[in-house]
Amino acid sequence: MSAPKDRWLDRDAGPVVRPYAVTKGRTVPASGPFVGLIDVVMAVGDRMAPADARLGREHRRILRHCRRPITAVDLASDVDLPVGVVRVLLSDLSQYGMLRVVASSPEPAKSERLLRDVLDALQSL
Amino acid sequence: MHYSRSDTVEAEVVPATAKILIAGGFGVGKTTLVGTISEIRPLYTEEMLSDRGIGVDDITGVDRKTTTTVAMDFGRITLRADLTLYLFGTPGQDRFWFMWDELAYGAVGAVVLADTRRLADCFAAVDYFEHRATPFLVAVNCFDGAPSYEPEDVRIALDLDPDTPVVMCDARQRESVKKVLIALFRHAVAKAIAAPAQRA
Repeated sequence: MSAPKDRWLDRDAGPVVRPYAVTKGRTVPASGPFVGLIDVVMAVGDRMAPADARLGREHRRILRHCRRPITAVDLASDVDLPVGVVRVLLSDLSQYGMLRVVASSPEPAKSERLLRDVLDALQSL
Repeated sequence: MHYSRSDTVEAEVVPATAKILIAGGFGVGKTTLVGTISEIRPLYTEEMLSDRGIGVDDITGVDRKTTTTVAMDFGRITLRADLTLYLFGTPGQDRFWFMWDELAYGAVGAVVLADTRRLADCFAAVDYFEHRATPFLVAVNCFDGAPSYEPEDVRIALDLDPDTPVVMCDARQRESVKKVLIALFRHAVAKAIAAPAQRA
């Protein structure tokens, strides 16, 4: 009966804060761009937050993680937040002009070039 | 969205990205397949993921606990410095159907993994990708002890279109999984070439 004291403090215990608390209840961006799972995001260098920006701790943490180009889904994995939450925060940052979003191909299944590139690369793996 | 080049931090390479789905019944070996060929990364997601297009601020989902945090994995294959392929396993349980559309949005193709002992488990996935016109193939995961069938038998059993590839694989073997992905992209390229002609 001597379970370790910290047994509920690992990631299996789930988030301590409800996921959408950090987005102030928003489950989709209020007006910013919708960021797709494999869209690439990157911080815009040294851009100051606009005066009306309301940056939370998680916004700043996300900015630190995208100094180099990274996909939304990799970012969500890195910062350990639900991907829906990350996308709302990314959308905020984009609206503040602090983040660049490069959308992945809009109709990738019709992009013969992209498909061939992947095929060639897979063949030489 | 358009941004001028000078907005970037520095001249960083922005990788092209593509994603595919790995679908099939519960326990058919989707996670094994993804892990065999790619770097596995953990991801938290939640039911609200599916609510794209509902453009309102809404806190009801938070206080009434209609969101469910789901842990899932995805795979990443860095093909080149400027090209990354992502593999998303679709949830095998019916209660996670809501996540399919989100995952399928923008996917270039799909692998439907099948177990010949439970072929019916992949009917739903086959229907789904046929309906969305997502290029897909059926990969039969050859489990030890499972009855072996010819690809043609599987095609008939699943009532597949004649051009939908059926391949045999072992989800534990890297070379085998690689062949599956190559077959999928060959199929996707063929579809991409054929598509404009169909419209003409």
